[in-house]
Amino acid sequence: MQTVCAILVGVMVAASVYLILDRNLIRFIFGLVLVGNAINLLIFTVGGLDSRRPPIIPNHTTAVQEPLANALPQALILTAIVIGFALLSFIFVLFYRTYQDLGTVDTESMRIAEADTDHLPPPAGATKGGSA
Amino acid sequence: MSGLLIWPILLPLAGGVAAIFVRTGSRGSFIVALTSAGFHTIAGGLLFWHVHLNGILATQIGNWPAPFGITLVADRLSAVMVMITAIISLAVTSYSKADIDASLVRRGYYCLLQILVCGICGAFLTGDIFNLYVWFEVMLIASFGLLIIGQSKTQLDGGVKYVVINLLATLLFLTAIGLLYGLTGTLNMADLHLKVPLIANRGLLTAIAMLFLAAFGIKAALFPLFFWLPAAYHTPPVSVSAIFSGLLTKVGIYALIRVFTLVFSVEMAYFYTLLPVMAALTMITGVLGAAAQNEFRRILSFHIISQVGYMLMGLALQTHLALAGTLFYLVHHIIVKANLFLVSGVVKRLQGSFELAQLGGIYRSNGWVAFLFFIPAFSLAGFPPLSGFWAKMILIRASLDIHAYWLAFVAAVVGLLTVYSMTKIWAEVFWKPAPVINHAAEPMTARNISAWMLAPIAALTMLTIIIGLGAEVVFRFAFQAAEELSHPEYYVHAVLGKR
Repeated sequence: MQTVCAILVGVMVAASVYLILDRNLIRFIFGLVLVGNAINLLIFTVGGLDSRRPPIIPNHTTAVQEPLANALPQALILTAIVIGFALLSFIFVLFYRTYQDLGTVDTESMRIAEADTDHLPPPAGATKGGSA
Repeated sequence: MSGLLIWPILLPLAGGVAAIFVRTGSRGSFIVALTSAGFHTIAGGLLFWHVHLNGILATQIGNWPAPFGITLVADRLSAVMVMITAIISLAVTSYSKADIDASLVRRGYYCLLQILVCGICGAFLTGDIFNLYVWFEVMLIASFGLLIIGQSKTQLDGGVKYVVINLLATLLFLTAIGLLYGLTGTLNMADLHLKVPLIANRGLLTAIAMLFLAAFGIKAALFPLFFWLPAAYHTPPVSVSAIFSGLLTKVGIYALIRVFTLVFSVEMAYFYTLLPVMAALTMITGVLGAAAQNEFRRILSFHIISQVGYMLMGLALQTHLALAGTLFYLVHHIIVKANLFLVSGVVKRLQGSFELAQLGGIYRSNGWVAFLFFIPAFSLAGFPPLSGFWAKMILIRASLDIHAYWLAFVAAVVGLLTVYSMTKIWAEVFWKPAPVINHAAEPMTARNISAWMLAPIAALTMLTIIIGLGAEVVFRFAFQAAEELSHPEYYVHAVLGKR
């Protein structure tokens, strides 16, 4: 089981790296979603995936029975999912707003903040230096 | 005494929440933010004083015993960083009164500022590595908001690059934490210090350490991971640039110091051949990048990178003296850098531009602004007896001590090139006669500069001078802090109790 998951994580990360390296911001977002899930799966996998008892103390006893499963990785993943969700929704809004204002999702043509005035003509409507 | 550790996190959080409720009135939210920042500075000062007198302070949140619960720890390094953060927060809040207009305040400027400071202090104080990740995210989301507040096109453009790269950094950080937990079964940094040396799989350990280096390296803007910084730092309002430039990259450096002195304290020869090279390249690329720029804030942004190289150099050399140099540099740099950005805002207010070509004659028209630029700028460049000179001297001395002559040479040359950039700004903005075609409609020096803007600049300049003249006191403190860092036993003892 662990081997399968490990390979799956590898494949997911490979696919997401491919997407993240794309110039198109939409593809980048998909890559980000994918890599976030891959990392969560990774934490899940390294936390142990064999069949063990749940970490719950049964009735009429005072201690858990070994071997017991570790609940902490799930808690970590849950935290990471919540944070990831918040950041993702922010990114969607930011990219959409950027698309509205700059009219592009291609990172190569986003050159307003670092306008290379020597070689390229400044993009239309560029405000030079600092917040307008 | 545990309250001392909680207040520096709780106060800005409370201030941030309160600022949401009063954000429609720009005066009200300013008062809330200033009060919160003021109390935060007091709390930071008390924590610093306590840690300085009594050594490492630790508390278990919710009384869960370490290593199971979340631990807050303040050693000398954390304490001094929290105090400086609070001082910068206070200065920037005061400056914002005149710099940030009401429309941005309505969008929650002060709230985001306070939450950012809360995240930074949390990152400095936590003793748990997953909790460190959470604080990084708090800091990150607040910084995203601040960076694009106002939503001009340049801000959105810079913002996309900043957000994308920093997000990837936190994902790398999370991966590293997951793998480290899989190997050791603990997240408490003191406990990790004990468990990591027992790991037999050295190869995987090196891979994890590499992930940490990449994640924090992006945060700290090290070579070759710094490209997001010069793309973004010159775009937001000046107050935001100032607090970012002072604090954010330094959190990355702090995390590097913490992780590589405490968690990976085992012998890792591979790293310590890599780190000095990275430090040297960071210094060189930063300073050369700055030399090519002609915009006030972009020059300063590139100098952040070269300065971060000096801080990494201290960590890379691994001696007490070098670590002390890094700490001295951190303290000196945060104050000076934030201050220079604040001055750039005053210049912009006087003459309406950040482009060096469109500026000039401020020495004649506003001599005091020139003086307030002169001190931090030449402290950055390392002129005696200002703070930067001592910081650079300690680091160069430390590298000479262990015969790393090439690194000392690089540091000295980069210092010299910093002088070039600073004199460029000095000559262009302050000495050169004002250009004739200067925004014809606006008469020069007609605008009054608010005392809310000048007071923090003057105060930070004063601090720079005090650190420079009282260098011995600061150095003694930095040396004690460095000793704590190179003897993690004290930290472990404070967190886990007697073992």
